[in-house]
Amino acid sequence: MNNIQQKTKELLESGACTLIIGYEKGTGGKARPVFVRKAEHAAKLIFDESCDQNIAGYLYRQEIKNESKKAIVANNHTLKSIVELASENQIHEGDFMVLAFTAEGEIIELKSFEEIEKHVATLYHGLNDEDKATMQKIEAMTMEERWGFWENEFSKCIKCYACRASCPMCYCPTCTVEINQPQWIPVPSHTLGNLEWHVMRAMHLAGRCITCGQCAKSCPLDLPIHLLTYKVALDSEQYFDSVAGTSVCANNVLATFKTEDHENFIR
Amino acid sequence: MERKLLTKDSYKLLISKIISGKYQLVAPVKVDALVDFRRIKSADEITEDYIVTVSSAKSVAFPRNEKLFGFEKNNKKLEQTDFDFDSIPHTVLLGVRPCDAMGFASLTSIFCWDSVDKIYTTRLERTIIIGMSCAKADASCFCTSVKGNPGNTAGNDLLLTKTPDGDYITEIVTEKGAKLVAEFYELFREDKGAEKEPLLANVPEVFELDGILAKINSKFDDEVFWSEQAMRCLGCGACAYVCPTCACFDIQDESHGKTGQRVRCWDSCGLSLFTLHTSGHNPRQNQGQRWRQRLMHKFSYMPDRLNTVGCVGCGRCSRACPVDMNIAEHLKSIIDN
Ligand code: SF4
Ligand code: SF4
Ligand code: SF4
Ligand code: SF4
Repeated sequence: MNNIQQKTKELLESGACTLIIGYEKGTGGKARPVFVRKAEHAAKLIFDESCDQNIAGYLYRQEIKNESKKAIVANNHTLKSIVELASENQIHEGDFMVLAFTAEGEIIELKSFEEIEKHVATLYHGLNDEDKATMQKIEAMTMEERWGFWENEFSKCIKCYACRASCPMCYCPTCTVEINQPQWIPVPSHTLGNLEWHVMRAMHLAGRCITCGQCAKSCPLDLPIHLLTYKVALDSEQYFDSVAGTSVCANNVLATFKTEDHENFIR
Repeated sequence: MERKLLTKDSYKLLISKIISGKYQLVAPVKVDALVDFRRIKSADEITEDYIVTVSSAKSVAFPRNEKLFGFEKNNKKLEQTDFDFDSIPHTVLLGVRPCDAMGFASLTSIFCWDSVDKIYTTRLERTIIIGMSCAKADASCFCTSVKGNPGNTAGNDLLLTKTPDGDYITEIVTEKGAKLVAEFYELFREDKGAEKEPLLANVPEVFELDGILAKINSKFDDEVFWSEQAMRCLGCGACAYVCPTCACFDIQDESHGKTGQRVRCWDSCGLSLFTLHTSGHNPRQNQGQRWRQRLMHKFSYMPDRLNTVGCVGCGRCSRACPVDMNIAEHLKSIIDN
């Protein structure tokens, strides 16, 4: 029994927790989210590199909000999302326990948002090499090439909204795509409508995307849509010094006005 | 069933002849790291390196967006342009897996339930399905649990099974299939009687279908059971959109200035908005109820009313699901609980 199983078993046995949100081995050995209520089921829980899904979105789900004593097994993406969600007042300190891991793989309990923030500050915030390379490739393209690249990608989107559903930062009870009086974004999944949907999504995540890549990982058609929100995240950092998921007290970049804000991006 | 043999060279020739003839050819191709159906222009585009394609073949008869009619307002008068049946292409659908081919029967039962959906039926009538037996399966496949199998001919017009020599055993399943063979008769050889069974994937049965059909109705009111199953479900449309048998659609008007069109596009019972009333009331309030609908629709309502199970065990929903809601596992737990 490894330490995550031991720890959660103790929490469930002692009654400190009644629900653990974590990971288990799913189909073909890949990790998937799991909800454990009984100490004897703690043995299902795993935590390894395969557990890279961002599961912070479960914290504000009504069924889970109703549970009084819960703990979440948080990877680095989940931790950053917790910080960002806290800064947006979507989750509240003390409503859940956070089980995280040190770089050496030791399990630790982060007892306050401040502790999570401190832990997050020790993590790597940049993009992975593959994403960096693709971003560079896209930025080196001419306008026409870039349009062609995204047109091809958007043509594949079936508008299943798995990207939206799995992004912890997409929590609006009614998304803009669902407003039909007036209709902002077309419902059918044609290329133009898909483009509007993805541009809208990127803008709504400006300064809020914690660059976990979950949206793209969830996409059944493998659209690299995370690059759109990443681009806006990098711009937020470059122009406004704002990195999402790092500070519980941060104000959202697009919701804040500062006299020293750059305006040189307006062309 | 009549059998012929298609050598690997004549298989390529057949593809070229189909493409240069009156048909459009839709087949599995590599789309970056995935394999999906696309209209192809040359035999080289086709890949055989897939368990199943990401999306099902259903879009040939039930496209993800489809213009039903157009309208235009001219001085207070509304003019309508009807659906253009001539625009429906004659299609050969190649490389369809037996599960997918079986899915068309489910779709047809829905589209022809109380009134016949002529657009759907015309599309399907103009499609010739050349299936390809499965030599490989993965952990999400469960066709054998829903009365299918990796070499099932049902739903195909022709079914090909690749032999170790690279040739294709060709089973002629329907009249339509026979006509296609007649059209290109010079490409087909006499069958050498090779055994098909040993060439097929081994797909173990995960659950006993009759057990589920007998029990699922009694589970309807067990809210805890469904909400526990659906706890990790995120409520998206991925499972329904990739499914060969999911038939739900939305009707949308898209207008620009004085002209517009009415479009039918895919919809999913997994989305919370699916059942939201104008009043604000939503009869399916949580994901548990929505997930229950998905399984009940396929394993209770369709068997009861349409005499067909609404699932062919392709496992696509499980593969596409961002949180691995393995449907076979969930179905099995209906028997176990
Ligand atoms: S980008 Fe992918 S996940 Fe998002 S709606 Fe389109 S197909 Fe679905
Ligand atoms: S990478 Fe995608 S899933 Fe993650 S926070 Fe950004 S938009 Fe959301
Ligand atoms: S429900 Fe899932 S396994 Fe069944 S036919 Fe649809 S996609 Fe395939
Ligand atoms: S089962 Fe998976 S694919 Fe289907 S709605 Fe739920 S999360 Fe989305």
